[in-house]
Parts: sequence; C-alpha cells; structure tokens
Amino acid sequence: MSVLVYIENWDGKLKKVSFELASYASKLASEMKTSVAALSLGAVEESELVKLSAYGISTLLVNKDERFNNLDNQAIAKAVARAAEKTNASVVVLAHNNLGKAVSPRLAVKLKAGMVSAVHGLPLSIDPFVVTKMMFTGKAFGHVAIQSEKKVITLSSNSFGMIENQVTAAIEDFDPGVSETDFITKVEQTNKITGKVLLNDADIVVSGGRGMKAAENWAPIEELASLLGAGTACSRPVSDEGWRPHSEHVGQTGKIVAPNLYFAFGISGAIQHLGGVSSSKVIVAVNKDPDAPIFEAADYGIVGDVFKVLPQFIEAVKEIKS
Amino acid sequence: MKILILIGNVPDTTTKVRFNADKTAFDPTGIQWIINPWDELALTRAMDLKETTGGVVSEIVVANVGRQETEGTLRKALAIGADKAIRIDADAKDAFYVASQLAQVAKGYDLIFAGIEASDYNGSAVGGMLAEMLEINSVSAVSGIQIENGNVKINREIDGGSQTIALPLPLLAIVQKGIAKEPRIPAMRGIMMARTKPLEVVQPIAVEPKTNITVFTLPAPKAACKKIAEDQAKDLIYLLRDEAKVL
Ligand SMILES: Cc1cc2nc3c(=O)[nH]c(=O)nc-3n(C[C@H](O)[C@H](O)[C@H](O)COP(=O)(O)OP(=O)(O)OC[C@H]3O[C@@H](n4cnc5c(N)ncnc54)[C@H](O)[C@@H]3O)c2cc1C
Repeated sequence: MSVLVYIENWDGKLKKVSFELASYASKLASEMKTSVAALSLGAVEESELVKLSAYGISTLLVNKDERFNNLDNQAIAKAVARAAEKTNASVVVLAHNNLGKAVSPRLAVKLKAGMVSAVHGLPLSIDPFVVTKMMFTGKAFGHVAIQSEKKVITLSSNSFGMIENQVTAAIEDFDPGVSETDFITKVEQTNKITGKVLLNDADIVVSGGRGMKAAENWAPIEELASLLGAGTACSRPVSDEGWRPHSEHVGQTGKIVAPNLYFAFGISGAIQHLGGVSSSKVIVAVNKDPDAPIFEAADYGIVGDVFKVLPQFIEAVKEIKS
Repeated sequence: MKILILIGNVPDTTTKVRFNADKTAFDPTGIQWIINPWDELALTRAMDLKETTGGVVSEIVVANVGRQETEGTLRKALAIGADKAIRIDADAKDAFYVASQLAQVAKGYDLIFAGIEASDYNGSAVGGMLAEMLEINSVSAVSGIQIENGNVKINREIDGGSQTIALPLPLLAIVQKGIAKEPRIPAMRGIMMARTKPLEVVQPIAVEPKTNITVFTLPAPKAACKKIAEDQAKDLIYLLRDEAKVL
C-alpha cells in the first residue's frame, strides 16, 4: 500500500500545481500510515525535482524521455499505471487540469480503480474511502465513497494549498515501459502563453465582463493584474465577442478557478458565471447596478463605474507595493 | 466515416440545485433537462463536418445511458440532425458504470465525441474511460477538429497554451469550449423528422459501479457583501490587505 502522485512539468520547470499535489499526497500518505512516491515524466531540470523534498516527497521516480513532453495521454497513462504497480499504490493523485483530466480515466480503467475527479481537500475518512467532490459546477458538493481497492483522484487546484515539510529525497530512474508506438500524438504546433500568470496557477484573478464595454478598455485590468502578479479572466460573452481569448473564459462552460482573490469588473454574476468562480476565497465585485447578483456572491463590493474604480485600485496597489 | 456522440442528460444550467430531505439524492422536481452543453457543441460540430466534407461523414449516432425520461433529450439530438439514437436503459450510476454500458454500443465508429464533463456531476471521466475500454486513442480538451483527406487535425488546450496535433483514427475526442461556437437549434423540419428516426433501446450489461455518492452538501452561505463607496475605492484595497489578508 502507498500513495503515488503524478507531478507535472512545463518548459523544464515543475508546475506550481505540482507542489500542492506533493503536499497533498504526503499528507494523505501520513493519514493512511503509508509511504508516498512521486512520478515525473519528461525533460525537467534536476534542480527542479529536488524542490519536491521540501513538500514531503521522499521517493521520486523519474524518467526524462522527452517524448513525454508531447503530452500523449495514452503513453502517460501507461507509464503512470506501471509506476502504480511498481509502488503498489492504493491511491494515485493527479491534478484536476487538462492533463489530469485526460490521463486519469484511462489510468483508472487500467488499474481497475474507482475514480473521483475535482476532489476538495483530504478524504473525510480513509476506510471507507470518502472524499468531497465539487458538483453542479460549484453549486454543490458531494461526499463520494470509492469501493474499489485502488483509487484514482484528481485534486481541485487551491483546495488544499502548499505545506512545507522538508525530507530527504531519493531520486530513482524509472523505466516507464513504453515504446515508440505508445506515443500517438503528433504535435504540429504549440502556442505557449508566455509572460503571463496562468489562470489555473493564479492566486489572484482579475476578471472583466461585458460592463468593460470593448476590447480596447482592458488596459487597466491588465495593469492591475500585472501589479498584483495576477491572472486575467473574463465572462463568456466577452470571449464570444472576441474581446479576450477563449482561454480566459471562466464559468460553467469555461474554466473553473478557485484563487484566493477574484476581482469581477462589470460582471453581472449570472449563475453560470458564478459556478466557475464561487470557490474563490474572497470575491470583489464592481458593478454599477446595485441589484446585480454578483453582490450576493461577493465579499467586498463597490456599486459604481468600473472606469472610475479601476484607476483608484491601481493607485492603491502601487502604494501598498511600494 | 461514422461518428458517435455521447449525450448526457443534465439539468438546465440556470437550475437552483436542491436535494431530497436526507440529502442523498438530487431533487428533480420542476427541472428542465437539456443536452449536456459540451455534447450539444460536439453534435453541432459533427453536423458541420457532415455538411462540409462532401459525404465523408456517412452517419451520426447519439448514445445515452438513462431511463425513458431522457428520451426527450435524445429526440432533441435527432431534431438537431443526428441520424439515429441509442438509449441504454439504466440509471447512470457512476462514470465507470456508464462507460462500461457505452462500450457495448460504441464499437465500429471512426470518431467518438464526448464532453469534457457533465455539467451535473462534473466527472470528466466517461470519455477517457470508454476510450481505454475500447482500446482506442483519446485526446482531451479538444477545442477544434477538422477532417483533411480522411485524417483529423485537432486543436487542443494544454495547461499553458494550445496545440495543433494529429492523431490517427479511430479516435475518441473529448471536447470543450471552442469546438463549435453556438449550439444548433432544431428547426421545425428537424423536429418533424426526429419523430420517425430510429431510437434503439438496449438492455444494460451487469456491471458494478465503483463509487457512490453518500451525501450532498451545499456551500456555506456567504456573509453579506461589505460595500465601499465608489470614491473611497482605495479603501477596499487596504481592506484586502489588512482585513481579508489576501494581498
Ligand atoms: C449553457 C450556458 C452556459 C453558460 N456558461 C457561462 C460561463 O461559463 N461563463 C459565463 O461568464 N457566462 C456563461 N453563460 C452566460 C451567462 O448566462 C451570462 O450571460 C454571462 O455570464 C453574462 O456576462 P457578463 O456578466 O459579462 O455580462 P452582462 O450580464 O451583460 O453584465 C454586464 C454587467 O456590467 C455592468 N456594467 C455595465 N457597465 C458598467 C460600468 N461602466 N461600470 C460598472 N458596471 C457596469 C452591468 O450592470 C451588468 O451587471 C452561460 C449561459 C448558458 C445559457
């Protein structure tokens, strides 16, 4: 019995989510009175991998085959399944992000494991194994019991946090047991989002809705975001209009985010929008309509004009940061 | 080329979620049921492909695991333009159970579309599980698909950007936003034709789910929003630092 966690990297570095996953898996293993191992696939710097030891990871299985960086879910699922067998894992933890969603169901079938996605925090009990899961896009939660001996779970980002716990890590070379025919996906082009905080990694998200009126009005949102080290987001009509890229659309049919702080500028707070942001720890709303439903979800609010409020916010943030 | 689309039957997205008294089951009273939004976009894209690739796409079939109540949703899919519907007559117990049922009817297709999640239980699992059961390739977070000379070109979102990729058929594509812009609305003619299109009912196979929901909870109610005057907006930033401690 053990816990295995799948660690992700991007551009040679570990992703931020990997540290939350590591913290979670090591805590879960200690609650289960068992050991934890992490698996890393693809080219990544050694100096990055050792950082995991600060989050309780003592055993690290590593294979640096660059082909894994093409994010082929058949190859990755096969390699993770092999690592799960090798470490006799009873629980495998992955991120609830694009890659985790692609790999975890294939992995669950391979391992004959029950799977629960978008898990919030640690299990409520280990035996029976019951976890809390987001449902109805944040409108509700459910307690879900997994009956099978093996379990696969994906963790909602920012639902547990990073917890430092320095240990000494042993890095082991891992033979993933894959061959050329397992790498099916041929990548023709990659467009990387550069120079920006990724929405899923962001502790703070600054979001704009139709109340921003036009694409060219986004400068103050971008400025506030860059001062705060925040990610930028938008409501669905804003991305449908092409004012902002689809990757920024949050809500029921877009991304689900749960930052520590979410700013909603000129967003009415439709139920489909709130679904994607309601797990945020603190919500700030600015809207000129005092009856806008966003104020029911918000912790702090200003009934007013976004174009009058944004410059004041920017000024205040500059004061705080200086 | 034959295309299969998995269809989830879910509560309308504006639904205020309620549960029964002991919080063990979703309360369906007064609920309007719809095609899971991503499945509806997948069907829309499949129809576009059928119409624009000059006979390359020969048939579009939709499949759902559900009781008779879900037939309205399947009929809507037929009205949008699917050629045939299959309903596996069982309650959708969990993702593994649903995928196992679908695996019975999903063989022999070149392309299968699933949604990135169902908007009710947000499982993100059925598509990938089905692909593994069928031993075919899958790709997730698909935001675009084109057919060129019998091959498919896929746009997918990755964590940190997007990619254009190629994969051989057969393929299960798990789709998200972007795959089609707006879902198609059934036209009168489509609704008339849907009445006579085949809707096959298949008996379920014996398989045990691997998970079950023990209880539902609702998020804790929020405290009232603290309002700041527009001309005092700077104060709010200081409150975020000093009171909420998030800056
Ligand atoms: C199936 C389905 C799925 C959906 N999924 C999503 C989703 O994932 N995400 C999503 O966001 N939406 C989604 N929607 C759409 C949703 O119902 C709303 O239409 C949308 O969220 C509204 O966007 P908005 O708040 O930007 O625009 P609006 O509703 O138009 O609101 C604009 C707000 O800005 C305010 N405003 C205007 N000018 C100013 C100003 N100068 N200063 C301050 N405030 C101002 C107005 O008072 C208003 O409240 C979905 C809808 C459906 C049917």
